[in-house]
Amino acid sequence: MTGSLNVIGYGLATLGPGVGLGIMIGHALESMARQPEAAGMVRTTMFIGIAVVEALALLGFVLAFAIN
Amino acid sequence: MTIFLAAAEWGGEFDGVFDDINALFDFPFLFSFELFGQEVGINRTILIAWVMTAVVAALFLIGLRNASVVPGKLQTALEAIVELNRTIAMEIIGPKGLKFVPMLTTFMVAIFALNLAKITPFMMLPPTGRVAWPLFFALISWVIYIGVGIKEQGFGHYFGGIAFPSGVPKILYVILTPIELVSTLILRPFTLAVRLFANMAAGHILVVITLVVPWVFLPSFPVGWMLGVVGIAAGPLVFGFELFIIALQAYIFTMLTAVYIDSSMEAH
Repeated sequence: MTGSLNVIGYGLATLGPGVGLGIMIGHALESMARQPEAAGMVRTTMFIGIAVVEALALLGFVLAFAIN
Repeated sequence: MTIFLAAAEWGGEFDGVFDDINALFDFPFLFSFELFGQEVGINRTILIAWVMTAVVAALFLIGLRNASVVPGKLQTALEAIVELNRTIAMEIIGPKGLKFVPMLTTFMVAIFALNLAKITPFMMLPPTGRVAWPLFFALISWVIYIGVGIKEQGFGHYFGGIAFPSGVPKILYVILTPIELVSTLILRPFTLAVRLFANMAAGHILVVITLVVPWVFLPSFPVGWMLGVVGIAAGPLVFGFELFIIALQAYIFTMLTAVYIDSSMEAH
């Protein structure tokens, strides 16, 4: 059986950011529902957070291709 | 599961493509010449980008040339795009952000149009699926937000604000300064580029597989036939999903550019 361990590594690397994104977006939705007038601010901050968390997943994606 | 595997074993006509995924993105030059020892030329990606640029330019020229107070259908649609970017700039950057609305609109429309080539018949290839395009967009964004930071705060104050964020104990700067510098100056444009590139490359592979599956499996009557039917049924779903991703990526790129400009506007 042949294949690349990198693929498994990327699969594992998605777990952390996946959990993180779920928690963050869930809480953002909750606070938007509680305080609709703050929705704009919450959404902006959420996107900044998403960008930071997603960077980890993207690093995993790139490293899976970059490291042989 | 076994029947699927058996069916997959059978259809072996796309050997070249499936052995090397790069074949989906690499195209020979239609026309090329030497420039500084480097082969420069026009291939399918560039051609698609030119066509999309021409289409967008024509749409905006026709739609907004005779702008009237009571807008027609096309003018309403185009004004909705500009209005969306105006809202982004106002909400994120504030009144000072209004001068960035043309730039943000250009980003959004250009990225959307280039991505749209992914599901446009007779093109079916996103130029943003090659890393050069997203990288170039991210580079423009990088130059702009650093330029805004230097212009608004001054060189020393801006980079000092990045390296030494206020309100933390002095000892923490040992860890915080390298992290902040790397994340602001390197990781930001890198993730902007890779986010767009990865989404478009993965989407292109998904679309190709969806379109190839019926072609390969429908003729194999006893075994893989059903898989071809599944592929046909999945087509509209995949295209709809890709349209959603295309719009979302254009929106996120624009929004994050605005967020980065805002963070350069004043020290946090």
